[in-house]
Amino acid sequence: MTAVFLVFIFVLTIFLGFELISKVPSTLHTPLMSGSNAISGITLIGALASMQTSHHGFTVFLGTLAVVLATVNVVGGYAVTDRMLAMFKKKDKGGAQ
Amino acid sequence: MSLNQVGINFVYVLSAALFIFGLKMLSSPATARRGNMISALGMLIAITATLLAQGLDYRWVLAGMLIGSIIGTAGAYFVKMTAMPEMVALFNGFGGLASLLLAWSEYHQNPAMVPVISIIAALSVFIGGVTFTGSMVAFGKLAGKISQQAVVFKGQHLINAGILLAAVGASALFYLTPASLIGYLLFVVIILVALAFGVTSTIPIGGADMPVVISLLNSYSGLAACAAGFVVSNNILIVAGALVGASGIILTRIMCKAMNRSLANVLFSGFGTATAKKPGEEGHKGEIKPASAEDVYYILEAADSVAFVPGYGLAVAQAQHVVKELGDLLEANGTEVVYAIHPVAGRMPGHMNVLLAEANVPYDQLVEMDDINPRMETVDVCVVIGANDVVNPAAVDDDQSPIYGMPIIETFRAKTVIVLKRSMNPGFAGIENALFYGENTRMYFGDAKASIQALVAEFKSGN
Repeated sequence: MTAVFLVFIFVLTIFLGFELISKVPSTLHTPLMSGSNAISGITLIGALASMQTSHHGFTVFLGTLAVVLATVNVVGGYAVTDRMLAMFKKKDKGGAQ
Repeated sequence: MSLNQVGINFVYVLSAALFIFGLKMLSSPATARRGNMISALGMLIAITATLLAQGLDYRWVLAGMLIGSIIGTAGAYFVKMTAMPEMVALFNGFGGLASLLLAWSEYHQNPAMVPVISIIAALSVFIGGVTFTGSMVAFGKLAGKISQQAVVFKGQHLINAGILLAAVGASALFYLTPASLIGYLLFVVIILVALAFGVTSTIPIGGADMPVVISLLNSYSGLAACAAGFVVSNNILIVAGALVGASGIILTRIMCKAMNRSLANVLFSGFGTATAKKPGEEGHKGEIKPASAEDVYYILEAADSVAFVPGYGLAVAQAQHVVKELGDLLEANGTEVVYAIHPVAGRMPGHMNVLLAEANVPYDQLVEMDDINPRMETVDVCVVIGANDVVNPAAVDDDQSPIYGMPIIETFRAKTVIVLKRSMNPGFAGIENALFYGENTRMYFGDAKASIQALVAEFKSGN
């Protein structure tokens, strides 16, 4: 039953994703990519949850490596997207709108 | 202070809602930055809730997060805007590898998997592995560390098909005995095969097709996270991964459409290797009319409207700031200035927009191809900077051309076209460009940045 439930979520989210993303103007495609890239670092949540104290050795090694890489993805992705979006300004007025 | 599983899942629902709001706010440049912060807030909340669960090994968790944060922050703040495509490719690859490692560590800990889950675990490491090495190859190509040309060799499709077959075969056998030693070996085989496939499937794709590849890899990294979510039964991974997967697929489709090619054609054809005609072989009507900085200055000075059409050459020459300076001088001179941007100009979706935004060009001056083409006749001067295929009229009028049918910025219909170019070498796809021989075209040879600096100097001394 859980599997069916998860597939249900998956399919609905794909449709929602299509709806949301097709409204993004081409001007913002690069920030969209790096921003969604940061979201794909969500693997971090799975990696964190897998770091149980009862685990040892190789599992811990793999888990820690996953945490490092996913954190790079999340932190770097959001930071670089913010840096880019801060540059998009409207005419006349200075400062990010 | 520890949250139970139900509590954590409720927090995940909140995070998912914040991701969705964040993406929705990306639909306008005015709200986009706040949208990104809301999305980041969603991530922060999810991380915090996860860390409050019981029985976590905090030493390794915190050490890992600290190292990752340092690398990520340093990368994000030191990267040049022109190097953004390779940065995104690199981060993307890390995400894919993280998903692979997560699925592996889960399998290593609990090898006796439910059959369905074992298949998804195999899928997860496969997509993760392809994302990782594919992104690394894309990174290498974009950063100029390996050849940007499409690398094609005999039997390439056969090798790729063989690799895929091996992956499917190994997964099927793995499905039968996940918990045995053979199962573990098969799992490792799947990983190795995935890593190899990432390389062999990305290497034949040329630099000009990179926007498609990056979008596709972006989609893969989301799907890898999604598959990993099924393995560890975590719904936030599935939701967020599916959003990214959908986003990447849409971008891929937009990029393919902007090149009038199917995804299969981009992935398998090794475009730009076989199509090159030898320059000068075809008799072109018309001749090349070179112009000096002074000539160009007089043309621009007299123009009422000017449209800059940037391409990858702008990024290579780092000319975005001088272009903006020239644009400002033109505006001060009473000229209407816009920047017309083709969807696949540059090496990733939206690449040119980011560069011009970095140079402080306001986003309302950035116009899309479909907005400028209908009023092209009213544009006095089009200044093409380092773009080639996206302004090639062969796409409109030569049905023999490999790019025939691709939507272009129809600069040849403008009253005057000035093309900034290093030399007469054909563009990336190796296709001759009749625009250069056009009646109303002037060629302004030289490095894009130096050429525009010369124009700026002319304007300053002229005023």
